[in-house]
Amino acid sequence: MKAKLILENGIEFIGNAFGDLQETVGEVVFNTGMTGYQEVLTDPSYYGQIVVMTYPLIGNYGINFEDIESEKIKVKGFIVKEKCKFPSNFRCEVSLDEYFKLNKIVGLEGIDTRALTKILRDAGTMRGVIVPADCNFDRAMEMMQNFSNKDAVFKVTTKQKYQIEGKGKHVAVYDFGVKQNIIRSFIKRGCRLTVFPAIASYKEILEVNPDLVFLSNGPGDPEELQDVIQNIKELINKKPIVGICLGHQLIALSLGGRTKKLKYGHRGCNHPVKDLVKNKIYITSQNHGYYVDLVPEDTEVTHISLNDGTIEGMRHKKLPIYSVQFHPEACPGPKDNDYIFDEFLKLAL
Amino acid sequence: MPLNRDIKKVLVIGSGPIIIGQAAEFDYSGTQACMAIKEEGIEVVLVNSNPATIMTDKEVADKVYIEPLTAEVLERIIEKERPDSLLAGMGGQTGLNLAVELYEKGILQKYNVNVIGTKIEAIKRGEDRELFRELMKKINQPIIDSEIVTTLEDGLKFAKKIGYPVIVRPAYTLGGTGGGIAENEEELEKILDTGLKLSSIGQVLIEKSVKGWKEIEYEVIRDSQGNCITVCNMENIDPVGVHTGDSIVVAPSQTLSDREYQMLRTAAIDIINAVGIEGGCNVQFALNPDSFQYAVIEINPRVSRSSALASKATGYPIAKVATKIALGYSLDEIKNEITNKTYACFEPSLDYVVVKIPKWPFDKFAQADNTLGTKMMATGEVMAIGRNFEEALLKGVRSLEIGAYSLEFKKYRNIDIDELKQSIKEPTDEGLFIIAELLRRGIGATEISNITKIDKFFIYKIKNIVDKEEKLKKLSLRDINREVLIEYKKIGFSDRAIAEFLNVDVEKIKNLRREWNINPAYKMVDTCAGEFEAETPYYYSTYEDFDEVIVTNNKKVVVIGSGPIRIGQGIEFDYSSVHCVLALKRLGFETIIINNNPETVSTDFNISDKLYFEPLTEEDVLNVIEKEKPYGVILQFGGQTAIKLAKYLDKRGITILGTSSEQIDLAEDRERFDELLEGLNIKRPKGRAVWSVEEGIKASKEIGFPLLVRPSYVLGGQGMEITRSEDELKFYLMSAFERDNKNPVLIDKYICGREIEVDAISDGEDVLIPGIMEHLESAGVHSGDSITIYPTQGVSQKIKEKVLEYTKKISKAIGIKGMLNIQFIEHQDELYVIEVNPRASRTVPFISKVTKVPIVEVATRVMLGEKLKDIGYGVNIYKEAEIVAVKVPVFSTEKLKNAEIALGPQMKSTGEVLGVGRSLNEALYKGFLGVGLDIRKIKNIFASVNDYDKYEFINLAKRLKKLGCEIYATDGTYRALNSGGIEVRLVKDDDILNFIDRENINLVINTPTKGNDLERYGFKIRRRAIERNIRVLTSLDTLRAVIEVMENRGDYDVYNL
Repeated sequence: MKAKLILENGIEFIGNAFGDLQETVGEVVFNTGMTGYQEVLTDPSYYGQIVVMTYPLIGNYGINFEDIESEKIKVKGFIVKEKCKFPSNFRCEVSLDEYFKLNKIVGLEGIDTRALTKILRDAGTMRGVIVPADCNFDRAMEMMQNFSNKDAVFKVTTKQKYQIEGKGKHVAVYDFGVKQNIIRSFIKRGCRLTVFPAIASYKEILEVNPDLVFLSNGPGDPEELQDVIQNIKELINKKPIVGICLGHQLIALSLGGRTKKLKYGHRGCNHPVKDLVKNKIYITSQNHGYYVDLVPEDTEVTHISLNDGTIEGMRHKKLPIYSVQFHPEACPGPKDNDYIFDEFLKLAL
Repeated sequence: MPLNRDIKKVLVIGSGPIIIGQAAEFDYSGTQACMAIKEEGIEVVLVNSNPATIMTDKEVADKVYIEPLTAEVLERIIEKERPDSLLAGMGGQTGLNLAVELYEKGILQKYNVNVIGTKIEAIKRGEDRELFRELMKKINQPIIDSEIVTTLEDGLKFAKKIGYPVIVRPAYTLGGTGGGIAENEEELEKILDTGLKLSSIGQVLIEKSVKGWKEIEYEVIRDSQGNCITVCNMENIDPVGVHTGDSIVVAPSQTLSDREYQMLRTAAIDIINAVGIEGGCNVQFALNPDSFQYAVIEINPRVSRSSALASKATGYPIAKVATKIALGYSLDEIKNEITNKTYACFEPSLDYVVVKIPKWPFDKFAQADNTLGTKMMATGEVMAIGRNFEEALLKGVRSLEIGAYSLEFKKYRNIDIDELKQSIKEPTDEGLFIIAELLRRGIGATEISNITKIDKFFIYKIKNIVDKEEKLKKLSLRDINREVLIEYKKIGFSDRAIAEFLNVDVEKIKNLRREWNINPAYKMVDTCAGEFEAETPYYYSTYEDFDEVIVTNNKKVVVIGSGPIRIGQGIEFDYSSVHCVLALKRLGFETIIINNNPETVSTDFNISDKLYFEPLTEEDVLNVIEKEKPYGVILQFGGQTAIKLAKYLDKRGITILGTSSEQIDLAEDRERFDELLEGLNIKRPKGRAVWSVEEGIKASKEIGFPLLVRPSYVLGGQGMEITRSEDELKFYLMSAFERDNKNPVLIDKYICGREIEVDAISDGEDVLIPGIMEHLESAGVHSGDSITIYPTQGVSQKIKEKVLEYTKKISKAIGIKGMLNIQFIEHQDELYVIEVNPRASRTVPFISKVTKVPIVEVATRVMLGEKLKDIGYGVNIYKEAEIVAVKVPVFSTEKLKNAEIALGPQMKSTGEVLGVGRSLNEALYKGFLGVGLDIRKIKNIFASVNDYDKYEFINLAKRLKKLGCEIYATDGTYRALNSGGIEVRLVKDDDILNFIDRENINLVINTPTKGNDLERYGFKIRRRAIERNIRVLTSLDTLRAVIEVMENRGDYDVYNL
């Protein structure tokens, strides 16, 4: 079916819809990873977003049911230059199209994704809709105006607290949309995990007396999570706290730092980050639209992006608090930063 | 860490002549390296024996030594220049091996030369089989298990341990004979038994077979701080078992999930960390298509063909970054030149598909076995970029210049399915087209994938193209609307392919595109998939809505490159193209280059103002020209690839700078050219075109033997031959007309005289001949294969004047503006013209370097209207240089199974070296040394010469005996020498091949009776010898020169040109 993407600024791209043929609205962002579309699709941090893949051939190795970062597709829509009709890989179970149908999500293919990427790069991230090609322009605009992603975290967090047994350190995971590989990375290190929903209060967390509190990744603007921030403030000084991505931003806000929105975000598997402590460069996987632009008092910057110099990690000078903006758990992306989890656990009680 | 200030003078070793396996990619990397060093204010001393390179230009290096690449010669250069550092990894395997040798011999230590970049110990860890295996075991990286065994028992035991199938490779047997794959114990017993018997040292290597696994490569960079990045990964479409140089390769990988991609990426980084690379490295893996099992095949601790491909595929200048690392910088201190915003420390992201297709020389060697295997056979490659796989593949196919514009090869139409299936069991150069034919006949992708082990993903992509082709066949032009045409253009169909399938004229399709406004959009290669603004104008075409090129109003010139490296059109043409661009820049033009060869300097995005990486077909080239609207186009430097576009472009009103299309035709059309020469009263060997055997015999009686015969329309590499008798002529004509009776055979008088060659520049009034060259071998040996001497040694003043006179006359008569190349024969004081090429030839770099006349620059200025008189190099014959230089050809025939090696009228060499000296002897001595013929080592000679040569050989043999050589000969030659009173040992016919294996022969002299006949002894002797790495001389002229040098040996010196 002919369908189109309409952006907030009125620019349209006409292509063909695939997956579940429905209208969708979201924030349009691009990802430069050449592999890992399945991990991207299921990463809860993309909740509320329509993701454009810059690599033109997507779906080549199909979909398996192992490489997922959450049980379902989390993106609101997916835009590719060409989706693969005949995928090939020994683990392939279904094609991209079938997967989208199963998950009732719409995709759009056959548009000039490079041109779209450059628009997003130059004009910044903006909202967009995927609608049938004959859709009325005003209605599309209305959809965009009515779109809000404010409660995103609460849509992707676990509904209930749950536990994963382990013989090692006890980590309380504050789930704002945690990626499965973060959980796996802790499990691999023998940790016992208690995973809390985003609405959990600090008291509930303290009740299980964890050795470490982990603040997960997740979608949306950290500043909108004021309740969560209040809870984190209560945990500071009581427990060691570590965080990734949104978790990192929330730590910054809880300690009095500041976050800002990036013009078009960092999304991909090739972002160079310098570890200022080790004086070494690592290629990281990233997915964030916001960043910490001012670190709180008494914290030092531990990592910076080599592309734009933004803060990619920080550590409190006195308290056991440490967080990174990038994704050491990878999936998709390079595994070079797995060591961050070891550093996290060093802070555990 | 910033620049290491201790480094003041760096020695860079090049890779020597172009051979199969080492082509222009090392000129590209070496040139980048030299520039990267120079821009830091550090002095560069460059050594390379190959004159046809940019790296040996005085603008690129401070000191240039075009000298043989041996440790002995390098020591002399080190002694003279006293560099403090050596950069080892830029000159391919040759450069790397030399660096190791210099180190091991203590020469580097003796002269305090420090190896910068990857250290020798690390190189050895990466190169030495055993050290590497140990290291891989230590860091838990799986390798392909293998062991050398000497008994059947041990072999079976080992195979049991590693599991079947296993590959059996006997040591020291001819072209892998006696080897094979054993699926079980029973089979192994058989193969191993023969293998052990066949191996001259009774050794067999047993290796776990991973044939059929995916072959994946990573290009990795590491700095001395230990920072690592992977520039690119690449997937070979052909599975393990086909050399990566002979595989169709796609970048990035297409069938790997993130898990597999990252698993191998991590492995690659762990490996280069363990090896201790400081610079670039290539890591090759075999990946089981049905699991996560993988094995490390090998690494190349240096820049390589793959790194050149990765550089062009991503825009990331690997050689340059590797050099900066060697100079002390870390990855975060080196800017990414494409964005100028980011640093070299990042991993490129592609938003397009890159396909590389090898260019094979089987058209030149019809008899050679075209089965692809673990030994590389391609001479060059093309690269194509598209926004989908089909587009990139089809662009690549039409870049190959094999007459293919689609995936349909008509010759397969009438072959039955079983035979076709059989023929893809072993990969060959035409596998892609056979697979397409099978799909066309309805064979399923799964079946083809099972036979070939090519991933189904790729088979489906090929099938998509084939299906679309078949669909077109059923349509007529009336059925084509805008949408359909766009659909075809989007997946890479050329107008010509569409027209052929619709059975209409190609212009009709082009007109439709015009009418419907369907034009390619040009996208940028920016290393970052559009994430950052890029500044480097490196473009490819695709059919999408948004074009990214900013067309300026500057006065600009488009230079057409020469495409893939092949026999007959090598790196020399890239040299000329690059110099043309540089000259145009100096003249203030905006320069645009179109080319498709990823190995070259011309496709370095720093060379021209704009680079279009495109096929060099009429359509693709015209699209760029119509977009850019240049002031003019230069074709003279891109070899035949560019020249053959002349007529097409001219017809469309495009200005061709220099000699016009009409004038080119005058030089290339045999009849018109004959008339022209007649009008000028210039002689050429008598000849005519004949249409039948009888007509040929009749003509031979008029002209007289010997005759040079060739098909007028060359098909499948069946080339020229010299026939000396009616029988030979009859045989030739019969087989020629059997193959093709629609075209005549050309019969020319073969004049066995001295061949003289000039490259000249003409401005329409005057000519400038920078130098007259003389060929060492007499006419009949292709000019590209003969030893070329400058300045001439035995040409009289009178003849030289005649050469000038003829050159002037011909230039004027044709109306040449720019370059021309003329080949003459001098015979009994007469001068004949045998060939005129209205373009730059392969000797341009050679002559430019030895005469110091910047030939390409002068020619370029002439093409733009300047007069030779005003340019400053004068007119007529330029003054002779004080040195003597010889260009000695280099062959790669040992790498092509069953290829004829004897010199003849068809070119066979892949490269050349230069020998420079104060005398001809010194130059020849070094030229021979440069091609691996160390005349000091000639002791035992095996000779078998034809009847025409026997008389002359007696004299030469006498001289050889005087020099203390032992001569062994076959029956006829033995008898001839005996009758001449020469002591010689007889080798019996049935013992010849074993004899070559057995005895310590250093030189084989074999002048062929008839080439290309696999059954003849001579052919077998030649093959056996070169496969044993024994030098074979097939012309007595060459032997005479060798003897002269042996007789007059003095010391040699090294010269900074």
